[in-house]
Amino acid sequence: MDVNSEFLHPDKETLSREEIKALQLERLKATVKHCMNSEFYKKRFEEAGITPDDIKTLDDIRKIPFTTKQDLRDTYPFGMRSVPLEKCVRLHSSSGTTGNPTVILHTQKDLDEWANAVARCLWMVGLRPDDVFQNSSGYGMFTGGLGFQYGAERLGMLTVPAAAGNTLRQIKFITDFGTTAIHAVPSYVTRIKEVMDELGIDPKKDTKLKLLAIGAEPHSEEQRKKIEKMLGVKAYNSFGMSEMCGPGVGFECKEQNGLHFWEDYYIVEIVDPETLEPVPDGEIGELVLTTINREAMPLLRYRTRDLTRVLGYDCPCGRKHIRIDRMKGRSDDMMVLRGVNIFPIQIEKILMQFKELSTDYLITLTTDNDNDNMTVEVELDQLFTDDYTRLQSLTKEITRRLKDEILLTPRVKLVPKGTLPKSEGKAVRVKDLRTVYQ
Amino acid sequence: MTVLQLSIFIENKSGTLLKVLKLLKEAQIQIIASTIADTLDYGIYRIICSNPTEAYKILKESGISVALSDVFAIRLNDQPGRAADAIELFSNEGISIAYMYSFLLGNHGILVFRTDNAERAKEVIILNKLDFVADKNLAEMK
Repeated sequence: MDVNSEFLHPDKETLSREEIKALQLERLKATVKHCMNSEFYKKRFEEAGITPDDIKTLDDIRKIPFTTKQDLRDTYPFGMRSVPLEKCVRLHSSSGTTGNPTVILHTQKDLDEWANAVARCLWMVGLRPDDVFQNSSGYGMFTGGLGFQYGAERLGMLTVPAAAGNTLRQIKFITDFGTTAIHAVPSYVTRIKEVMDELGIDPKKDTKLKLLAIGAEPHSEEQRKKIEKMLGVKAYNSFGMSEMCGPGVGFECKEQNGLHFWEDYYIVEIVDPETLEPVPDGEIGELVLTTINREAMPLLRYRTRDLTRVLGYDCPCGRKHIRIDRMKGRSDDMMVLRGVNIFPIQIEKILMQFKELSTDYLITLTTDNDNDNMTVEVELDQLFTDDYTRLQSLTKEITRRLKDEILLTPRVKLVPKGTLPKSEGKAVRVKDLRTVYQ
Repeated sequence: MTVLQLSIFIENKSGTLLKVLKLLKEAQIQIIASTIADTLDYGIYRIICSNPTEAYKILKESGISVALSDVFAIRLNDQPGRAADAIELFSNEGISIAYMYSFLLGNHGILVFRTDNAERAKEVIILNKLDFVADKNLAEMK
């Protein structure tokens, strides 16, 4: 690696559009062929009446049926793999509170390629082996932990697996270890700054911070600018999802004008979530990704449910890899709050266990002081008491049980029966008033 | 020994209290005493009124969150310190007052309250011969 080069993988990063497409076709063909080792895809192809030989051009990808999160659940735990289990060395899984969890398997080669992709992202924004990288992201099953750990190590940085939480200790690490870059969800960055203020630490003078990788939670351009200003750093948007390994799928370059998705790893499609037909570049649709550089468990035309658009292919940074806009929302009802994925059904499941409540509820998401907050309004079925303390303990108990389920503390508000939208028909269950989607 | 009290769950939103009051007005129900306290999101509006069972029915049918419960009501002489004397009797027995409010009926102050132990509160009232008020008394006194 040449520390003076802007590119960690110049042979891949500086490919022309034609070269990218040629490489993609070659890898797509190989991937499809390899997928025939997967029971799931073998059956899928038979049902669709296609064989790997039908994939002759990149456009032929549209002959392949989509893969969904439900498919991952249905084949839980190992039904989608394309290699024998003994070749796999790592497993990541989603929380799975809405049915079977989803499992993603990795071979050693997959882990190597994943680390390379993350390293490429971090190099692109200017990090070099003499940087100190603090990963303030959850570890364990959450791929933002190990994903950035291995990527930062691959680049050659001193990497601090600080994990999430314990803000005082985070700040001690930042000052003591000379941390120059942090990966965290944006709302946690705001929290770190708040505590720095309380301690009288000026990040611009008292730390060596220069860069943040932020992601896993929707945030607006304004929020990014604010974070950059208050810490005196550059903040780059990161896109990843466990189904696609984790982080390293897309990352902003120094231009901060869209995320480069690595097209030697993925084929990107944007489709209309209703018709599933491709939308023209620039129009918002659902992001669909095909892995073309994965061994253990390739996914073909995976519906991410994230809504975004293509910004373009040219970039002053010299890369021709597709530029994708920050995520604009979801085509399903999943909510992303402070890095945590939450489905309304998880909340409903808990609320229905309280006989004091009616079946109607309303979840409202707001941004207050740069923090995402959730309010859950619930209807009191009957006024079972005229005692404030009993109503308050009911509220507390609901809050506690919700926190156990969704790992965040919502504000629970009791309202009289009949005041929320009815459960019949298409009731509005979630109101997302966060600035990021406006 | 007790009077019926209506408790109404009121959301902190403009117009919700008025809705309840209008329903009572239409039914020609007279409010004798009432109290409301607020928390962040809601209040409980407690009412002593003429014909509480009828009022309960009307509110319930109109989709209002309402409960009907028994609360103690004792009549006090119109002299300073009578409330202290009365409450002391309960306090001496280790009975706590959950909430309390008062109103004037004729020349007498009426103390309305709920305790954390209704059975023992009853004993205190009987043993000390406190001048309690029942629903039918309220109607008579009106």
